[in-house]
Amino acid sequence: MTQFEHRQSAHCESGVVANLVSASGVPMSEPMAFGLSSSLIFAYLPMVKMAGMPLIAYRMLPGSIMKGSAKAMNANWQSETFSNADEGMAALDRALDAGKSVGLQTSIYWLPYVPEDMRFHFNAHNLVVSHKEGDEYVVSDPVFPELKRTDAASLKKARFVKGVMAPKGRMYQLLEAPNNINYEKAIPAAIERNRKLMKAPMVPMVGTKGIRYMGRQIQKLAKDPTKSDYLKQYLGHIVRMQEEIGTGGAGFRFIYAAFLKESAEMLNSKLLAEAGDAMTDAGDEWRRFALNATKMCRGRKDMDADALYDLLDVCAKKEQAVWDMLKGVKTAI
Amino acid sequence: MKKDEVPQDKSRTYGGESKLMYAVDNDGKYTGVASSGWEVETYATVAAVEALEAQRNAALLRGKAGETSPLEYHMFDKRMDMATLTSSTGYGAWRVKRHLKPKIFNALPDSKLAPYCEAMGIDLQTLKSLPDADTDTPKANS
Repeated sequence: MTQFEHRQSAHCESGVVANLVSASGVPMSEPMAFGLSSSLIFAYLPMVKMAGMPLIAYRMLPGSIMKGSAKAMNANWQSETFSNADEGMAALDRALDAGKSVGLQTSIYWLPYVPEDMRFHFNAHNLVVSHKEGDEYVVSDPVFPELKRTDAASLKKARFVKGVMAPKGRMYQLLEAPNNINYEKAIPAAIERNRKLMKAPMVPMVGTKGIRYMGRQIQKLAKDPTKSDYLKQYLGHIVRMQEEIGTGGAGFRFIYAAFLKESAEMLNSKLLAEAGDAMTDAGDEWRRFALNATKMCRGRKDMDADALYDLLDVCAKKEQAVWDMLKGVKTAI
Repeated sequence: MKKDEVPQDKSRTYGGESKLMYAVDNDGKYTGVASSGWEVETYATVAAVEALEAQRNAALLRGKAGETSPLEYHMFDKRMDMATLTSSTGYGAWRVKRHLKPKIFNALPDSKLAPYCEAMGIDLQTLKSLPDADTDTPKANS
């Protein structure tokens, strides 16, 4: 075990995984942890509502980054939940007393150090408690630049909040350092898994087809003049899902590009370097879409749903190009 | 996105914090860059927060007029909607809707109100009452 080091991350789950694995003595970047987990996706899920809006996901379900990367790294996580909150707090204290850094799933809303406008009722936030100072817990919350502190009562509330994806006090630790990660095998296998996910042949609202589906929804809404306020809220919602919720920019596309570039250096692969640059291009298109959609919402540009569809179509085409490039990656490397 | 294109718009929604973005440096390599915010993101966040505040303020006015129970105000004040409130209390949506009626809410025993207090982190007296200030922003999460 080396000393736990707080490193700011774009996303909570990939950040916690990368920081805890690094603390075990195996250096791990956030993009590598994310890439190995094969968690990049686009999914438009109208049946799951978030504040009355369809769920738009740029990565797989919470938990998949930890699970997916564990498989690729051959890492062994010990995870437990508690039916009794006091017991859950006592178990945390025991682990901290033993000198361990502990990963926790919490609500983000009830953490006292989170700025007002970043609070919402999301129960699958991840953080590390590194140690205790007096009655306060010292928290490495990967989305913030510095270490934070919380009192026991707030932490208890955040760990044992009820509702969708209730954390039930979940705490986790790495049982041992993942040794001998075979990157030559793990990286191409992770990319291939992700390529198949994005293709999603049977599901119309996932992958590049899903991106265009969302574009058509925008066009549909724009045809109904009674829905012009809703259209603005809807576009704002897309931008928030893409940019606000700890994505590293462009809905995790830049993190994934960083993973491809890091892998390219590690494995000395021209293919992966080119795919990384192409993914950056796709990410830049997503940012262009967000910029234009926002200008239209603010009245700085006329609302033009067809133009927005075209921008999304370019995103879909560019992403498709990346995955086409990566076809056969397992034999190419 | 290039490293020097990472927006530094000092977003007020970040509360003085920064977020990590991934961007390309001069050698074409990726690096983490702290961003103080992007105007585009800020606009979307502020619009969503303002929509919630408008709902909350409307619930306060209707609560004062006796058209809805204080529960509705507190729900929006805690940035909740029906779905969050039902899943965090275990009450069904039909039951929460009943509890939004002032007559029914006022007759509820404290034991029935306890799950709301627990989910919202407020005491009984707060749940049963409305703040004085009308449309001004009373601070949640004290």
